[in-house]
Amino acid sequence: MNSSDQGSVHPGRPETIKAVPVRHPGRWAGAAVVAVLAAMLIHALVTNRQFQWDVVNKYLFDSTILHGLGVTLELTFLSMLIGVAGGITLAIMRLSANPVLSSTAWFYIWVFRGTPVLVQLLFWNFLGALWANISIGIPFGPAFWSEPTNKAIPLFVAALLGLGLNEAAYMAEIVRGGIQSVPIGQTEAAHALGMSQFNTMRRIILPQAMRVIIPPTGNETISMLKTTSLVSAISLEELLRAGENIYSRTFQTIPLLVVVSIWYLLMTSILTVGQYYIERHFARGANRVLPPTPFQRLRRLFAGKPVPKIEHDVVPGIEGGGHV
Amino acid sequence: MTDLTKPADARTALMVEAQGVRKSYGHVEVLKGIDLEVRKGEVFVLVGPSGSGKSTFLRCINHLEKINGGLLSVDGELVGYRMKGDRLHELKDREVAQKRRDIGMVFQHFNLFPHMTALENLIEAPVQVKGESKADARERAMALLERVGLADKAKSYPSQLSGGQQQRVAIARALAMKPKLMLFDEPTSALDPELVGDVLDVMRGLAEDGMTMIVVTHEMGFAREVGDALVFMDGGVVVESGNPREVLTNPQHERTRAFLSKVL
Repeated sequence: MNSSDQGSVHPGRPETIKAVPVRHPGRWAGAAVVAVLAAMLIHALVTNRQFQWDVVNKYLFDSTILHGLGVTLELTFLSMLIGVAGGITLAIMRLSANPVLSSTAWFYIWVFRGTPVLVQLLFWNFLGALWANISIGIPFGPAFWSEPTNKAIPLFVAALLGLGLNEAAYMAEIVRGGIQSVPIGQTEAAHALGMSQFNTMRRIILPQAMRVIIPPTGNETISMLKTTSLVSAISLEELLRAGENIYSRTFQTIPLLVVVSIWYLLMTSILTVGQYYIERHFARGANRVLPPTPFQRLRRLFAGKPVPKIEHDVVPGIEGGGHV
Repeated sequence: MTDLTKPADARTALMVEAQGVRKSYGHVEVLKGIDLEVRKGEVFVLVGPSGSGKSTFLRCINHLEKINGGLLSVDGELVGYRMKGDRLHELKDREVAQKRRDIGMVFQHFNLFPHMTALENLIEAPVQVKGESKADARERAMALLERVGLADKAKSYPSQLSGGQQQRVAIARALAMKPKLMLFDEPTSALDPELVGDVLDVMRGLAEDGMTMIVVTHEMGFAREVGDALVFMDGGVVVESGNPREVLTNPQHERTRAFLSKVL
């Protein structure tokens, strides 16, 4: 508004608007309904004696449960390791110019994504019935080393193979999507500088693909933590199986399932926080300003300052008109 | 090395030599036999309407595109091939990468690495490709950033820089490899008009230092002022070539006249 305009109704700076905000009675009604439902749920949890909270308390840190938890975490970590390494390999094979490599990767993904992971776990468990011995040697020739399958692949390894190789198929698609999200100009720029295919992938493409790969990988890890419970079907004693073993003796089924759930929930919560920090790390260069960490958010909240939204932030030192 | 009819000293004075270079994508032929010579220390300007094949030709010089016919050599060595006896052998990826070290390229859309700061963009290739120490690479990178007027932006990520600043970092990144030839693919086409001048100033400085440059551009002022030779391309062939001042003021071909009347 031009204040020097003659005949202007409001000369000078226009005042800040003071208006009655829109009322939202629907929000209040909705909140009331939800509050009542929540109160009912809490009441039910506290008063229903079948939950036997004292039993929950007793078994929460039971050594069998803690051992099972350890196995679950180990399985989650190692099978994700296999999954990520296998996924990157499969994704690069899938994108390879070599038709044998790309169709092999396609076939692998087709099989491992197309069958339930529980079936795959059972297959690995009963591998001994398929091939009695495993040996290493010249293909179609003599063997240097041979071992009965059941001895070469103990229960834990069978579980690891089942979960890890299945995960690799899913990770392959995630990694492929990430690699393809990086513009072709990045590869060209790296090649024009004389960088090798390998270094271009390692230094330029994968770090940028990470930003796209990390969020779904975090979800996969959280999902894997829960999927490990399927391993109880081949009687490996992880968290769920540990709970089952106890309640099959004591018949305190519900409280032990609650114990197990509490641990799963705690672990997935920790993973969620970890995922947030990793995403933040790989956002370098993509956002002008990194989003605040939960702790920074809390501190600002208590300091009475509003938590800024990313798009309103201004980086000192940026002169206007930056191109993204 | 290919045309033996020329005296040896005339050939060693050439940085790029193209004889009947052809390139097609499927059934579409984009380069229909390009003949040209770029002398060492020369600023060689390629102009022409979009789709004329000038960018494609530029990308053939550092083997980002593979040619289908003809001969193309840089500093006396074939691009992408080796002559063994009387047969051409394709070079391995590693050998192609080796040759690209000496050829800097600047892209229309900058193509800086967005996950690295300006400084990291500059030291990446010298460290990874040439195995230079980080300290040495950093020292030279700072000098190059100083030269393009962006020493204070060393720690900025590309997303925090304006287009003109990004392009100047991109030029410095290419220079960090100490190239003997610089290729510019429409370096100012994606910039706001007010930012073009800074980039052209850097290029002008390079030309004064005697760098051999091949520039695809629509900046006719730059071509006239800085260019030593100019080629007008259209439909995958060289229509006209010569001294930029002569070609731009007195074009001989109808096609050149029509194009220049639109861009000048």
